[in-house]
Amino acid sequence: MTILVIAEHDNAELKPVTLNVIQAATELVNKGADGEIEVLVAGSGCQAVADAAAKVAGVSKVLQADNAVYAHQLAENMSLLITELAPSYTHILAPATTNGKNCMPRVAALLDVAQISDIIAVEAFDTFKRPIYAGNAIATVQSSEAKHVITVRGTAFDAVEAEAGSAAIEAIDFAENSGICRHVSDELAQSDRPELTAARVVISGGRGMGNGENFSLLDGIADKLGAAVGASRAAVDAGFVPNDMQVGQTGKIVAPELYVAVGISGAIQHLAGMKDSKVIVAINKDEEAPIFSVADYGLVADLFEALPAFEAQL
Amino acid sequence: MKVLVAVKRVIDYNVKVRVKSDGSDVDLANTKMALNPFCEIAVEEAIRLKEQGVASEVVVVSVGDKACQEQIRTALALGADRGIQIESEGAVDSLSVAKLLKAVVAEEQPELVILGKQSIDSDNNQTGQMLAALTAMPQATFASELKVADGKATVTREVDGGLQTLELTLPAVVTTDLRLNEPRYASLPNIMKAKRKPLDVKSVAELGVELKNNMKTLKVEPPAERQGGIMVSSVTELVEKLQNEAKAI
Repeated sequence: MTILVIAEHDNAELKPVTLNVIQAATELVNKGADGEIEVLVAGSGCQAVADAAAKVAGVSKVLQADNAVYAHQLAENMSLLITELAPSYTHILAPATTNGKNCMPRVAALLDVAQISDIIAVEAFDTFKRPIYAGNAIATVQSSEAKHVITVRGTAFDAVEAEAGSAAIEAIDFAENSGICRHVSDELAQSDRPELTAARVVISGGRGMGNGENFSLLDGIADKLGAAVGASRAAVDAGFVPNDMQVGQTGKIVAPELYVAVGISGAIQHLAGMKDSKVIVAINKDEEAPIFSVADYGLVADLFEALPAFEAQL
Repeated sequence: MKVLVAVKRVIDYNVKVRVKSDGSDVDLANTKMALNPFCEIAVEEAIRLKEQGVASEVVVVSVGDKACQEQIRTALALGADRGIQIESEGAVDSLSVAKLLKAVVAEEQPELVILGKQSIDSDNNQTGQMLAALTAMPQATFASELKVADGKATVTREVDGGLQTLELTLPAVVTTDLRLNEPRYASLPNIMKAKRKPLDVKSVAELGVELKNNMKTLKVEPPAERQGGIMVSSVTELVEKLQNEAKAI
């Protein structure tokens, strides 16, 4: 049993979520036969990523496909590469990031196998737990496919050691361009703050924030706590902030040490994205807000008074 | 240009789902069902393409039992031209749905296929990508903006950390994200008119697809409940608790 993990990266650095996926792979090895974990780094000018992947605990080999056709990790080209490599593996794992979710179903279809999305636990080498209905139910699914193509919810698994080994790096020459999809541009948010899904602390605002400018009330607190700033779908739909800040079933799933929900009522769809946080704080002026039922600490207050006071006392 | 839109009948997004006491599945008896929200956005986008004169016909397809005709009619009331129901009983996995849609694509020859990025029941987020793979079409998932001109679709996608724009050679598959558009409501006259629009029913056998299901659901259970917390009376108390009790800051 050999497992291939698809590295999440931007050609410059290995994203931490990869370490959580390798933990899921490690659990697979522990629950099945002896096996090896190999990591695929497909990109362009991605040597630093491959070097970082080679040091990760539990990794026996890094495959580096360094070619211009993988510069933007387009699903069309990535799926051809992964399908080419697939015969050597029983399991192919990627994080359930937009990259992983984009590419892995395409891989599975080319291999004519079902795909298992967003696993949160490994029960056996072929049996997994995954959330359905926005996390309101957890399904245990067993796959009888010969090959398992899986995306992994990073927050459900601990990260393995980033600096523990020194695996060999093997160059992969296969490079096929589908020619039917062209990358035009990226418009990535520039921020000094940690990424939402990797942050230790997340502070999110909802419709109660009133408008986009008021989100600056969260910024000062986020700076003091080293937090990422998120938002509920209601705040995104109201046009206060961009969608990449959305926490919830239809946005990002987070599970930080501390989650602070401000002016968020706590719709099912939002809870699905944050209820696995270790400590949850809710600040809302409506004492009946459902968010209080999942909060460890609830404060009924006007956020326009509470937020400046909170910032001042940190 | 013909646009094919695939839609799914799912539990209404406002309804909180309950797990059956025997742990076999969720309980959908007497539950309000609706058009999957992402599919609704897909239908709306196709209709807008038709209104812009880019699309000539919008065909809606759904896989399911007779009840899913209700959602096909909803799409027809919104402005789609005709519907296709592929008859199936029970749960059909994403790969099987993709294979059925591939057969429809072969018959209909659309230039563009639009699907929701995921259904809010199984939350798989797979079918569009699988259909693209099986038909060797390019794909743009999680679309927040779509422009079609000169045999190309230019699609802006919602990706982690921001936006990405791709140019796809048609025919292509696009899956919708929330901000692509805000779906309209169907007017009463259009709901009446939709009842007379054509709706074909096809069997799985007719499409020449052999369904396999290699995924077995062993158990469905409610998620772990969080322990109830406490209410604090002031920001000062909150900060004190976070520092000394939770040790979170």
